[in-house]
Amino acid sequence: MSARFPFFRFSWRRFLAVLSKEFIQMRRDRITFVMMIGVPIMQLMIFGYAINSDPRHLPTLVEMADEGPVSRAVLMGMKTSSYFDFEGVVTSPAQGEAALRDGSANFVVVIPPDFERDVMRGLAPQILLSADASDPTAVGGAASAISGIVDTAMAQTLSGPLAFAAQGKSPFSVVVHRAYNPEGSTSINIVPGLLGVILSMTMVMITAVAIVRETERGTMETLIATPVRPFEVMLGKIAPYVLVGYVQTGVFLLAARALFNVPFTGSALAFFLGFNLFIVTNLALGFLISTVARSQMQAMQLSFFTLLPSILLSGFMFPFAAMPSWAQAIGSAIPTTHFLRLVRKVMLKGAGVGDISGNMLGIAVIMAVIVFVALRRYHQTLD
Amino acid sequence: MSDAPAISVSGLTKRFSGRTVVDHFDMDVPKGAIYGFLGPNGSGKTTTIRMMCGLLTPDEGTGTCLGFDILREQDRIKANVGYMTQKFSLYEDLTIRENLDFIAQMFGVKGRKKRVQAALEDLGLADRAAQLAGNLSGGWKQRLALAACMIHGPALLLLDEPTAGVDPKARRDFWDEIRKLSAQGVTVLVSTHYMDEAVQCDFIAYIAYGKKLISGVAQDIPKMIGLHTYRVTGPDITSLEVALKSEPAVVQVARFGAVLHVSGTDEAALSALADRYRAKGTHNWEQKPAELEEAFIYLMTGAADNFRGDLK
Repeated sequence: MSARFPFFRFSWRRFLAVLSKEFIQMRRDRITFVMMIGVPIMQLMIFGYAINSDPRHLPTLVEMADEGPVSRAVLMGMKTSSYFDFEGVVTSPAQGEAALRDGSANFVVVIPPDFERDVMRGLAPQILLSADASDPTAVGGAASAISGIVDTAMAQTLSGPLAFAAQGKSPFSVVVHRAYNPEGSTSINIVPGLLGVILSMTMVMITAVAIVRETERGTMETLIATPVRPFEVMLGKIAPYVLVGYVQTGVFLLAARALFNVPFTGSALAFFLGFNLFIVTNLALGFLISTVARSQMQAMQLSFFTLLPSILLSGFMFPFAAMPSWAQAIGSAIPTTHFLRLVRKVMLKGAGVGDISGNMLGIAVIMAVIVFVALRRYHQTLD
Repeated sequence: MSDAPAISVSGLTKRFSGRTVVDHFDMDVPKGAIYGFLGPNGSGKTTTIRMMCGLLTPDEGTGTCLGFDILREQDRIKANVGYMTQKFSLYEDLTIRENLDFIAQMFGVKGRKKRVQAALEDLGLADRAAQLAGNLSGGWKQRLALAACMIHGPALLLLDEPTAGVDPKARRDFWDEIRKLSAQGVTVLVSTHYMDEAVQCDFIAYIAYGKKLISGVAQDIPKMIGLHTYRVTGPDITSLEVALKSEPAVVQVARFGAVLHVSGTDEAALSALADRYRAKGTHNWEQKPAELEEAFIYLMTGAADNFRGDLK
């Protein structure tokens, strides 16, 4: 039997020896071990607590050209729905538009002049709800809940002496204006964000692995035994990948336009500045990882570890505003978060260099920290 | 000027996380010499060599390499020294020519193309220059590595166990090459485990536990240790070997086939022992001058406990 089926000559002792050897090796490889425990915990925390696909408490501004019981009732209804958090008042359409473009507000509610009077006269005036639809998921829930909110508010307010105004089918209506993405297409939002994820995935990993490979194979020793300067090595190793980043960005822009009809409405210079800064930041992160990782495998794992929050906490897949504040704090420390906002602004919202300075600053600060830590960890000798 | 040593270091000390790997090491390597650097695994040879060529900064000690300060002038040392690492450390995914060309550029070699071509021809690899370095056999890799660290015409070669894991024929060729370079005036410091290689050196230093135990002209080493040796032949050599090992006068019994080399440091005691065994009439005892091989085994045995509790 066993002669014909060698498979059945199973030795428990050998099996257990292999098994325990595997455990010993697993324990010795610290980084892998930490990853095995750390990645699931991180995913649990993010998916369990941080991600919310029906975001509430979205920052909202009000432009009030008229004030009265009806408009107050509508705003109160919106507030109690918990979808909208009123953060202030604007006095002109231009202010509201600027707030939507730089992302400080997701909604602007416009109560038109003579609104109260027109309601009483049965002229069915319109309240305008301008939504930043560049992220349709973020504003979708709130925008579709608005008509229900209004109906409830009306049923309570237009009673007693005002009941006559409620007798018509609808005394007024709410028009939702989906700015930047009238069709509410998700690809309009996802595709620009994807550039951030693609760049951070490839740039970080390629750099980390390319540097660690030299150490792992021992060629770093040959290199530093020559009169070469560390800076020359780093620059020479990183520059080719900047080029790779350029190619990726070019391919991306073509595909975004040709395949997904994503517009490019902003300034090309702002885009150019933004993606260069972002590429360099990712290369610096890859360099930092290379000073920690001992093997190419570890470099891959650590890159993956940094990639996860870039996808999940940056606002790429899930609305940033929907996350609890601790998750937003972590998200703000990720370069991709700032880059996503920058790219979406430039591509979808027509932003120029001035509009993105805040995002540029965010990325630059993170980069400065990364470079500082990386240079402290890097040694020119083998010490 | 020409009498100045190629390498002169004193008090070199290096610690890694509290463990002293090299402990107040002194060495003078005369210009043009082949200097053998011996010692068991983990004794600190690689660390010492790395400190000499500026890859590691010593915690204590000073020294010069080709007249340049090992603490401050590492760049000038690097430009004039050829260092061959213990492990093959050229690019396996570059071709033979690309590797040599790359290293030549790192050193800013003038007339690079010609120089690389000449190196390829010296190596006998001119017709295989387009082959990936990773596909070479162990012996060829060593020769390529030697060619690479000679590409800039250094005055000093630091070779860290260059022939480890290479077959005897390739090792012999390798040493022919080293002697040729030495004849051209290049100073060579070579670390090795092999006794037959130690014999080829002009000078020898022996290191164990990070400390230098002995150094000097190769032929003088046995005398310096004060080792006296008898060559013993006869029947049942194995039981005799066991018996001799427990004799207090014997510090070492080394076996070469059917012959025993019995050594001791106390000449009178060893002579008395020889007389005692000769009286039995079973074995032939003849005194012989101690050779480097015995000295080497003696040093190795003495340093065997280098490993005790000393593994990384």
